[in-house]
Amino acid sequence: MSESIDGEVRIPKSGFRILFGKLKNLYFPITVVTSAVLLSFMIHGSGFDSALDFPLDISTEIERSIDDSIDWLVVSCGGFFDAVSDAIKIVLGKLQDLLNWIPWPIVMFLVFITGWKIASLKVGILSVTGLIILATFNLWEPTMETVAIMIVSVFLSILVGIPSGVLSSRSDRFETALRPVLDTMQTMPSFVYLVPGIMLFGLGNTAAIFATVLYALPPCIRLTNLGIRQVDYSVVEAGKAFGSSEMQLLFKIQIPMAIPTIMAGINQTVMMALAMSTIAAMVGAGGLGIEVLRAMGQLREGEAVLAGCAIVILAIIIDRISQGYIEKRTQ
Amino acid sequence: MTNDEKNIKGLIKVDNLWKVFGDDPSIALEPENLGKSRAELQTEFGQVVALRDISFNVERGQTFVVMGLSGSGKSTLVRCLIRLIESTSGNIHIDGQDVTAFDDVRLREFRRTKIAMVFQNFGLLPHRNVIDNACYGLEIRGIEKDERYDTAQKMLDLVGLKGWEDSKVNELSGGMQQRVGLARALVVEPEILLMDEPFSGLDPLIRRQMRRELADLQKEIQKTMVFITHDLDEAVSVGDKIAIMRDGEIIQMGTPEEIVLNPLDDFVAEFTDDVSKEKILNLGSICVTPDLVQNRQMGVDELKIHMKNGNADHIVFVDAPGSVVGVVTRTNIELSHNNEDLQHHIRKSPPTLNSNTNIKDAISMMAQSQTPIPVIGKESELIGVITQQCLLQALATGQ
Repeated sequence: MSESIDGEVRIPKSGFRILFGKLKNLYFPITVVTSAVLLSFMIHGSGFDSALDFPLDISTEIERSIDDSIDWLVVSCGGFFDAVSDAIKIVLGKLQDLLNWIPWPIVMFLVFITGWKIASLKVGILSVTGLIILATFNLWEPTMETVAIMIVSVFLSILVGIPSGVLSSRSDRFETALRPVLDTMQTMPSFVYLVPGIMLFGLGNTAAIFATVLYALPPCIRLTNLGIRQVDYSVVEAGKAFGSSEMQLLFKIQIPMAIPTIMAGINQTVMMALAMSTIAAMVGAGGLGIEVLRAMGQLREGEAVLAGCAIVILAIIIDRISQGYIEKRTQ
Repeated sequence: MTNDEKNIKGLIKVDNLWKVFGDDPSIALEPENLGKSRAELQTEFGQVVALRDISFNVERGQTFVVMGLSGSGKSTLVRCLIRLIESTSGNIHIDGQDVTAFDDVRLREFRRTKIAMVFQNFGLLPHRNVIDNACYGLEIRGIEKDERYDTAQKMLDLVGLKGWEDSKVNELSGGMQQRVGLARALVVEPEILLMDEPFSGLDPLIRRQMRRELADLQKEIQKTMVFITHDLDEAVSVGDKIAIMRDGEIIQMGTPEEIVLNPLDDFVAEFTDDVSKEKILNLGSICVTPDLVQNRQMGVDELKIHMKNGNADHIVFVDAPGSVVGVVTRTNIELSHNNEDLQHHIRKSPPTLNSNTNIKDAISMMAQSQTPIPVIGKESELIGVITQQCLLQALATGQ
């Protein structure tokens, strides 16, 4: 470890010297932090802190304009939103009726077959076990309601999400424009979406679905975009070399090869939709969410825990089935 | 364009092709910058010259090999031919048509029918089975399933994959996957095959096998081929004409013999040193002038005088029209007392060999006979002889 510099022989560095050397990197940050703390003390001590309120405050103006915009939207497009609301109510209602109408043994059988064929026998058995537990908790109907809400929400998310993802993958500009929107959507607290939801659609399942769709969209868009962009270029190149058109490349090569990633996106979307279901209960959505909320409000912890477990069980079943599908495909 | 013109100009005609990567590619083409090297242009302007003033012709049925190390521009060149990479300037004429001027529709048509490519990494669709991969080119054209399966089946049989039609691509070994790639290219019945280092991704034994199979296939289908490789051995065994590239330029272009025998600079010479000479050198390139050529009718005594005067170690005997009848060494002539002896020695001469013969085949014959072997040309005319000395010299130095 001894080095020779200009003929001198350096002594090997001891452990302490090495540590000291590394600390050199911290001199700058330490100086900055210390100065900041000192300055803060000085400002408070000198009594100038009253002058420290930020000089500009446009919050009221912005809030007012947002309120005005939403009001305008509600008034002018009220008819449209009402129509959408009604449509969703009908679809949702029918779906919930259907799910509740099919006798539970048949539902269990269907889930078993689905789990088995799409994933594996183990998953099939696991799914049915989960459903049995749900039923013994007397939560079958709320579960079916939540499932119905989720089906509609996820369907709408995919309807908007996958085309957006495909568009993102083909246009750098679109991707860049979309990115801050997606970032915002994923970081905003979920119940913030509830507010415009209620304003546009009133209390009830439609508002819940609106909020859920917004909440669950980003992973679908992101992963579809990523999946398509990350497709092995040499295969795309071969497709081009044989004279494929853009559409042929997209539908015969890029999308089929991106399916595992797209499925992962859908999986995430489903999970987020389920997570949102509890919160959506705050705006009148039915299902397991309202069970949890109601139980908590009435301080019936036992009921709340059971309903919470039901949500978890549902999540596990859906997750195992979709993961199993992805694994099978990537084998 | 008349057929003659087409043939003279060649099936593929590339003139002054340039490819510069960067945000201002044309700056490399400005007159004051033409003399600058690739490195200079990169440091000065941040543009990378991938192809510099490339020109070549490929005739119908010819195998044109582009050889070079990584970064020499060979992959860029082949991709420019079908505009997977758009060239910066220059002309590419294929069968008389200017490829660089094609619009999107025409380009797609061109890619679907005229030309097909085989890739180093195979480029197969992993979510499809073998036959669906093989008939991809026809599927793009909208051809019906039955018809395209038919053609694909034939091509898969041709490349030796009968029975594997329904297998998934990832069940196949590397060599088999490349055969699918080859079948896929052949299925569209292109006039030109582009092969981008098709065997570089395979292990050496399979590589050699595939090379041989490709050569056999070529005999059957006789396609015009542009073949990219970094292996000179592969180049000389596959190519009719070879272009050696370095830093985006063609350093030397010629037949395998020309390149191996006359490397233009040290760079090429380093490559050719490794090439096993006996594979590509033919007798025509290494034979030497016979010491003495005489008519078989000449008498023995006269021969002996000529031999002494000419200081000949051997005499090649021809008959009146000039065709070779035999070769006799000095020793045997001195031992001949009369014409009968002479004729006896002539009859025992080694057979003549054609000038196209590989040295390999001459070696075994030389090992068995001390007599020089006469080499004849296309019209059985005498071209020269192979002596043990010239053979050894050729093997040692490639000349």
